[in-house]
Order: sequence, then C-alpha cells, then structure tokens
Amino acid sequence: MTYLPKPRLHHPSLACNSLGYTRRDYEGKISTLCAGCGHDSISAAIVRACWELAIEPHRVAKLSGIGCSSKTPDYFLGPSHGFNTVHGRMPSVLTGANLANRDLLYLGVSGDGDSASIGIGQFVHAIRRGVCMVYIVENNGVYGLTKGQFSATADIGSVSKKGVVNTDAPIDLVGLALQLGATYVARGFSGDKEQLVPLIKGAIAHRGAAIIDVISPCVAFNNHAGSTKSYDYVREHNDAINRLDFITPREEITVDYAPGELIEVEQHDGSSLRLRKLETAYDPSDRVAAMTYVHERQAAGEIVTGLLYVDPEAQDLHTHLKTVAAPLNSLDATVLCPGAAVLDKINAALR
Amino acid sequence: MKAITAVNDFVIKFANVNGSGSASANELFAKAILRMGVPVSPRNIFPSNIQGLPTWYEVRVSADGWLGRRGGIDFMVAMNPQTFDADVAEIAAGGYLFYDSTRPLPKSKFRDDVRTLAMPITQICNATYDDPRQRQLFKNIIYVGALSLLLGIDAEVFEALIGEQYRNKPKLYEPNVRALHIGRDYAREHFAGQPIGLAVQRADAVGDRIFVDGNSAAALGCVYGGASVCAWYPITPSSSVAEAFEKYCGKYRVDADSGARNYAIVQAEDEIASIGMVVGAGWNGARAFTTTSGPGVSLMTEFIGLAYFAEIPLTIINVQRGGPSTGMPTRTQQADLLSCAYASHGDTRHVLLFPEDPHECFEFSAQALDLADRLQTPVFVMTDLDIGMNQRLCAPLRWDGARVYDRGKVMSAAELEAGKDFGRYKDVDGDGIPWRTWPGTHPSKGAYFTRGTSRDPYARYSERGADYIYNVQRLLTKFDTAKAMVPQPIERNAARATRFGAIHFGSTAPAMDEAIVALEREGLPLDTLRIRAFPFPDSVAQFIAAHERVFVVEQNRDAQLRSMLVNEFGIDPARLVPVLHFDGTPITARFITGSIARELRGAQVPTHPAEAANA
Repeated sequence: MTYLPKPRLHHPSLACNSLGYTRRDYEGKISTLCAGCGHDSISAAIVRACWELAIEPHRVAKLSGIGCSSKTPDYFLGPSHGFNTVHGRMPSVLTGANLANRDLLYLGVSGDGDSASIGIGQFVHAIRRGVCMVYIVENNGVYGLTKGQFSATADIGSVSKKGVVNTDAPIDLVGLALQLGATYVARGFSGDKEQLVPLIKGAIAHRGAAIIDVISPCVAFNNHAGSTKSYDYVREHNDAINRLDFITPREEITVDYAPGELIEVEQHDGSSLRLRKLETAYDPSDRVAAMTYVHERQAAGEIVTGLLYVDPEAQDLHTHLKTVAAPLNSLDATVLCPGAAVLDKINAALR
Repeated sequence: MKAITAVNDFVIKFANVNGSGSASANELFAKAILRMGVPVSPRNIFPSNIQGLPTWYEVRVSADGWLGRRGGIDFMVAMNPQTFDADVAEIAAGGYLFYDSTRPLPKSKFRDDVRTLAMPITQICNATYDDPRQRQLFKNIIYVGALSLLLGIDAEVFEALIGEQYRNKPKLYEPNVRALHIGRDYAREHFAGQPIGLAVQRADAVGDRIFVDGNSAAALGCVYGGASVCAWYPITPSSSVAEAFEKYCGKYRVDADSGARNYAIVQAEDEIASIGMVVGAGWNGARAFTTTSGPGVSLMTEFIGLAYFAEIPLTIINVQRGGPSTGMPTRTQQADLLSCAYASHGDTRHVLLFPEDPHECFEFSAQALDLADRLQTPVFVMTDLDIGMNQRLCAPLRWDGARVYDRGKVMSAAELEAGKDFGRYKDVDGDGIPWRTWPGTHPSKGAYFTRGTSRDPYARYSERGADYIYNVQRLLTKFDTAKAMVPQPIERNAARATRFGAIHFGSTAPAMDEAIVALEREGLPLDTLRIRAFPFPDSVAQFIAAHERVFVVEQNRDAQLRSMLVNEFGIDPARLVPVLHFDGTPITARFITGSIARELRGAQVPTHPAEAANA
C-alpha cells in the first residue's frame, strides 16, 4: 500500500493507443513491494496488455484479497475502482460485483496463500460458476508479508530460506482450474513478459472464467538455491508449450511467424489467439489431454507454461442465470417493483 | 371432571409424523376457521428431519384475536404412536383426545379426565384406497373432515378451499372432497349423539387481514424494495426467504418478451461466499441481500466488519433460531442481538430492525434496502423462526405507488465532471455519511481504492492516528444519524398512570399485547414500548426514565436487549428487570403475565422460565 502518486509528466513522444491514452495512463501508484519482486513485472504486464488492447481504464474493476499480490492493484490502472477485500475471499466479492454490472471488466489478483490456502473454496466455486473474469494468481510458493512461511503451492522437497524442507503435497492451481471447468487456463512466468502479456490479453478477451497462474519469484524469501519457485529454477525448468499472439478484430493479421505449427482460435468477441506450437503433441482445445500433459511434465520436474486450455465457445454465469443484458445496477423501480396493483392481488390470494 | 366448553376460543394440537403429508391438511384446517371469520394462529413445531420424526401443528383459535401462543392443549389429534403418551399427558383436564383406533390400545394409555374420540382411520383408509400413498395422504384429510363436523365448521368452506388449492389440478379435487366427507360421515354416525364442548361459530373478526408466513413476506419486501442480487446458503429457518424471492422474481421480474431476468440469485458455497457476493454487488451499485440464521452470521462476521468499515450497503435477513452452535435449529429464539449489533472484531455497530409479524417483515425488508443505501452500511432484519416459518394473520401488505428507491449519496458522472469535490470518506454534510461513486462512472474522476485498512478522507491508505480517529468518529456520527431514520418505537400507555413499564421487540408482540390486558385485569397496569430498531432512538431512554421499573421481555437466556440498553444509555441495570423465555417455544402471554405479576407482588421471578411457562 502506498500513498505516493507517480509523477504524471511523460515524454511527449510516448505512443498513444486508439483511445489516445499513453501507457502511463494505465499505471497506478508507486509499488511498495521489494525491488525485483516478480509481482511488479506482472503489474507491468497488465498495464501493457490493457494499453495495447485500448481498454478504458475506468471500465475495469480490479479486486484482490490480502497479501503481497493483493496489494498490487494499487500499482496499476489508477483510474479504475479497486477493492482490496478480505483474505481469500476476493472471488465471492468479484462474483457479486460482476452480477451487479456485467458491463465492466473484472480483474481479480490473488496470491498462492490467498487462493490455494484460505481461499481455495472460493477459488474453486468462482471457477465452476463460470464467472466472467481474469483471475491472476501471483504464485511464489511462500507467505511474503508474514516473512517466509511455506504456502500450499510449495513443492515437496522445496527448502525455505530458513532451511526447512516442505513435506506437504503442493496444490496445482492450473490442474485444479482445468478439472473445475475453467474455460481459459494459462500459466506464465513473471520473468517472461513476452509470453505473459499475450496470455493476459487473451484472458481479457475471453467471455468466461480465465485463470492465469503466474510463477512469480519472491526475491526476499523464495529466490534461493533449493526453492522451486526461484528465477533460476523456473528458467531452467520452464517447458513453454506454445507462444501466443493476440489479435484484435480490427488488426490486420500480418505478424510473421517462425516456422512451426500454428493454431488460430477465434473467441466470442471476434479476437483471435494465434498459437505457435512449441510442443507438437499439445492440443489446447482438449481439456483432458491438457490435464494429462500438465501432470506428466510436472512428474518429470518441468513447469509447463503457455496457454494450456481454451474453450472459445465459453458461457458465463450471466448466461446461466439468464440475466437481462442491462447491468442490474442500472435498473430502477419501474422495472424492479411489481407495483401496488399486483400487491393487492397477492394480498387477495393470501386470504 | 367437567368437560372444557368454549366457542371460538381453544387450542387444538395435531401430533403427526414428519413427512406424512399432514402439513397441508393441517393448514387447510386452520384456513377453514379463518374463512369462518374467526382468528387463528397456527404454529409448526417440527424436528430437524425430513421423514420419520415427530412433528406438531398447534392451532390457537381466538375470538378475541390473540395471535400469540397460548400454552395448554384443549384438543389433541394424536396421529403419532411414538409420542402418544406424551401427547395424551399434555391435554388439559376436561379436554379431548382424538386418535386412530385401528390398533387397540390398553386402557392405561388413556386418561379419565379426558374425553376420548376413537376413529379407526387406518382401517377406513385401507378399506377405501388401494394405493399405499393415497392410504397415507387421505388419512390426514379424513381426520380433518371428522374434526370439521365435531367443531361445526361448514363443509362448503372446506370444499371451496380444496377447490382453490387444486385449481390447476382438478383431478385431485374430487378425491380430497370425498375423503373429507368420509371423515364427516364417520363423525356424524359415531360422535353426534354426544357433542363435544368446543365449537367454531361464524364471526366477523378477521377483516381484510392476510394469512402469510414472515419469510414469504420478507422475500416480497426484497422484491418490492428493489433487491436485484441475492446470494444465500441454505439454513433453517431462513432458506424459504431465498426460495420465495426466487418464486416471486420468477413471476414479477422476468421480461415478458425476452424472458430475461431482472435479478440474479446465487446459491453460494457457504455463508462467507454469500455475504462476499452481497458485498461485491453492494459496492458495485446493486441492491443486494442475503438471508441466513445465527450460525451463518457467525461465519459472515469478518465481511460484516469490512462492509461497516469500508461503508458498503447490504441487507442481511437473519431468521433467528435457538443457539449457540447448532443449538435448536428448528426452534425459535431472539438470541442473536449481540452477535449482530456488534458483529466483527474491532469497534463496530450495526443497524438492526425488529419486525413483529409478516407485515413488518415486508415493510422492514424493503426499508432495510433503502436504509443500507442511505447509510452505506449493513442493515439486519432480525426476524425469527416463529414469525418466519409460521403463517400469521396480519395487516395486508401496502405499497405506495409513488415511492422511489432512496439510493443515498451516489455521485454521478455529471457531478464529477462539474468538478464536485469527491472524498470517499469525507463528511461534507455533517451527518457522517460520505459520498460514494460506483465503479465505471467517470473516465478520470471519482475512482478510489476500497479497503478494510485505515485511510484518510480521500480513501488514501493511512496509518496516521488522526486519520483513523476522524474516520471512526464519523462512523459514530453516522450511527447517530441513523436513529431518526429507522422505525421508531411504539409506545402504548395503560388506561391509568403507572410506575411500571415493559419493553419488548419482535415476535414477542402478540403475547405481550395479550399479557398487558390480562395484567390490567389483575390490577397491574403497565405502559409498554415496542422497540423496532437499533440504534435506539432517544425516546427509548425517555420511556425508561419515566418509569420506576421497566421489564425487558425477550426470548433469550442472557437478556441481550437489556444489556444493549444498559450499554447504550448507561442506565442503572437495577431498573431493568429481565423477563426471559428461551426453551425454544414461542413466548406466551401466560408466561409474561405470571412473571411480571409475581415480580410486582414481591415474589421472586422463577429461576427457570420454562417451568413458569407450563405453570
């Protein structure tokens, strides 16, 4: 949390997006996280994704729980409403906010303690309901704010900074999201922005529950030898299955691709996801195959990154509930109140 | 032993097996008496069970219109062999026992001072119906038929009600009417020679009142009050609020052309998620509510503290049941006052509304949605199982067609554009209520970061003591503002001046009304004050100050309202005499009258109120 605004001055040559905003217009306050924290790289990736997509900043609602990760919504998208809720309960607040106004973009930011421990129930149920949201877990395997305790995503055998060896089985958030029916599941690495930014853009365009598990090393408590979530470890074991390019409907597709197999997936809003496959055996439209692949590579000690699964025909909670197209918070008594005459009829039936 | 004789003034109790289909037959019986123009107040006494355990339905018939539970049973319909002995023992001397005599019972099972009316119902059903399901279900209609003849209720009244009930299933009309007449015919043949002393006679004491349960009325209040988001988790005795909300929304909130729904209801994974969704929806500008009972409130307290501190409007309908822990999940109490009024850690205070009956459940639920928006805080509607799950005769529901929803201080895009100063937690009007903005309002103005941590008036994170004090003192100012906005207490003075008063709230009202008349008749007049909300308006303190001693009548063990009165007003506790009923049954006029009369005559208040209830 900080109260320090960033200076608004910027170089006149800074590029503008189609709304006329520069990237600086998508920034927030100065981060108070540790220098080198992976979370700050994720904030920067969110800023870039939103700027490149020309999202109106005030049409984003950013919500978080409690912890280092959950502080970050203060550090990006300053013109957006933010809500730092209670520990592990961001998904329910986001769900309610989404019910009230389906026209905004809901960005949930959480951590591994927030989502895999105290909040795993809400993580699970928001996904299975198909809440339309971008849910980013900034996953460092450790409780940073309370100084270095293991979280539920820490791998067996991982060594803490104090030398303690973790013996509890880890919770794999992408495996869980796939099993629960998330319609957009990705894993990124905070140290690989070129991969992460398109993953976020694809999630923003997705009309369902989009989950991105981002391995985000904690420079203070989980970046040492023996940790499986350090920069060095993740770089050595990263198994990127694909490289994503995100193309909006108005863009002409002129990107040059390196040789290799390409898959193009068109989402509901007309945007395209262009996947350059690095693993020829991998099919991101097959949920069961994705689960198997992720588990196999995990058993082999690899961290699979990239777009793991996408269902371009996804439906969301509002579709299931058959809610009206207008935001519920815009309805007034003329729509919501059945009126005095109806009440007289109700009274008559109760005699 | 002289048989009890009474016209339009008795208590009849049905002892049934849960899941046997008795509930609708018993309700038919109660409604028929209402149609005769005679007030009734029925109460379900049911177990935490789906099928097999004992369940009772107690109907008080009262020409004078008393709607509280009376206590004492004049007529028992004993249909449950499991509880037969206890049911027989409960009948008042001179009362009546009606039972299924298919299986012979030894004489030791009966009482000399109770008249027995035997009817071989199972045998009749087995002889009449082939289908095992019909054999079971029509037993209930057959005993209702027999009772209707015994008590002198017209067959046409029942026939009309059955016709209304099966308007859409006409095939069911004829067999039900037939079963009714099987019962009537048997009673005519076997009991008419020696009529019983209880009778229902046509009267005109019901008026235009309606017969509805508080949970349905609360749900309608939420529909009329403009709630568009409901998140809930099933818990007895509150589930039927959400279910009724869904039913009424399905009828009145669906766009006729498109089929689109102007509401969203989510059955959440637990109470924490329910309140979380309501917090999110309230923050984002929708009117949102949840419905729960005591254990749910316990789970919700962290979020309630957030909503208090971050100032988010939301409504919680708490249908109270017996606590603590799982407590008595199907019995009634008023024992969540303290846990709701001061819910969550740190210094908190929440607005509570106390409806007395379904009519006020409707009124207060709609009003709670206004108050929550106006005050930007959680508002509790504190109903209970007695009001919530029993049908009660009450004034018709009313809605002023000109009423608009009071959305409170929400700053618009135009106001922001015009440069109006926006400090989310700044008191600009002197009432402690700040202005808020909804997410997405303006491209560059009015956004702020909502958090449960301390902040300055412009919503910027701050750990400065002065900022914290400003904020929490403003919350107190706001709570003070609420005093004039909540439903005001209702004072009723005795015919002649008295030094004594009584304070009560919620579902105690009908028993209290009756008790006051009884006490006055005994030469013990009392003024009464029915509190309808917390924060307590100053008139509550004035009422207490104007009386030497004030009885505080409530349905919990620890005198929770009394504690709050002492706490909020700094009143000498000796002046507030607790009258406490908490065995899970609804409080009775007899209990209140006995307790207060004993105290006023210098005797000690009984240490165990349940004993006094049966005294």
